[in-house]
Amino acid sequence: MPLSQLKDSVPVTGMGPQVGAYGVQDTLRSGFSSVKNELLPSHALELSEKNFQLNQDKINFSNLRNIQGLHAPLKLQMEYRAARQIQRLPFLQSSHLALDTLKGNDESISFEDILNDPAQSEMMGEPHVMVEYKLGMM
Amino acid sequence: RKMATLSVCQPQLGGFSFENCKRNAVLEAEVTKLGCNIPSARKTGTTICGVVFKDGIVLGADTRATEGMIVADKNCSKIHYISPNIYCCGAGTAADTEMTTQIISSNLELHSLSTSRLPRVATANRMLKQMLFRYQGHIGAALVLGGVDCNGPHLYSIYPHGSTDKLPYVTMGSGSLAAMAVFEDRYKQDMEEEDAKRLVRDAIAAGIFNDLGSGSNIDLCVITKGRVDYLRPHDMANKKGVRTGNYKYKQGTTGVLTKSVIKLDLEVVEETVQTMDTS
Repeated sequence: MPLSQLKDSVPVTGMGPQVGAYGVQDTLRSGFSSVKNELLPSHALELSEKNFQLNQDKINFSNLRNIQGLHAPLKLQMEYRAARQIQRLPFLQSSHLALDTLKGNDESISFEDILNDPAQSEMMGEPHVMVEYKLGMM
Repeated sequence: RKMATLSVCQPQLGGFSFENCKRNAVLEAEVTKLGCNIPSARKTGTTICGVVFKDGIVLGADTRATEGMIVADKNCSKIHYISPNIYCCGAGTAADTEMTTQIISSNLELHSLSTSRLPRVATANRMLKQMLFRYQGHIGAALVLGGVDCNGPHLYSIYPHGSTDKLPYVTMGSGSLAAMAVFEDRYKQDMEEEDAKRLVRDAIAAGIFNDLGSGSNIDLCVITKGRVDYLRPHDMANKKGVRTGNYKYKQGTTGVLTKSVIKLDLEVVEETVQTMDTS
């Protein structure tokens, strides 16, 4: 069965060029571009790790749909969407407690909790730019 | 470039960060051009093994950790705790085995608190293989997992790419062939505890004496229903030698011809007291 006809296949969000307004490279915000930096992943695991959570969710929802019917993933996704809205502005640390409890992340520890903890990151996000990006104004 | 975009638009995510991979690749190319080597990770080129006997499991490991051709740790502990009834030996990159077993141990504890049951070895096996497969073998951890749960004793071997085998006797590491030779010769089903301990000790000793990557002492871990004996060290196969001769000269060997004592007058010029801040 060809890949494109499989139900629930995830389009991989690749490493496309950083386009800003007018469809042109946004040098001010994302620096100079080079083909090598953008089209090739720097590590074999980079792409798969970037999409890992998406793929897992897709697999789980698809299983749930096959077992319990269409209503189950729909209800769950509605709950996730509601829980995802409980957060502070993007440049502040939010605990995502409701979302974690729904997803079951409160009962497991993985590398996301140990390495590169965002709460301890040395760089702070640009508040205005982040809020603009979140509201889709950028 | 990645740092700039991420910190500008979206909040940082946790987990592995691949920012420095390109820089590392460039550095490695430069360094090989100059003829040097980049520092290598500490490995536990190792002999680890496990065997199922009548009442439970015996796990065994050597205690040498290597860094290239140098012994980095003469007495490192390779049998890691996973849960009160499950232990895991680790071969491969030392940091990888250490962190992987700690993460799985934490997850298993949370899981057992949530189910209020003693954890099963199959659960630990499934968690380990799913994590190792996710990272496609880049986490270099080859493990021998053994324990006793409600269904009896179980022994698994887990490879870095995520495949597992459930067998009555397993060996892993650079000395695995030497240890497996001993097992293939002398393993019997339903052995007694003393026989099983002797067999594992001999298998690890075969790895220690025939493989350069394994050495020093032999650690054993005996797991039965309700009891765990962590024998570290079980057998010090490579004790450091004691010097037999003393080359120090006795006092008075050299004859004294003349002796003169000169007293030095020292006067106190300046005395300062510096208080230490111990708050």
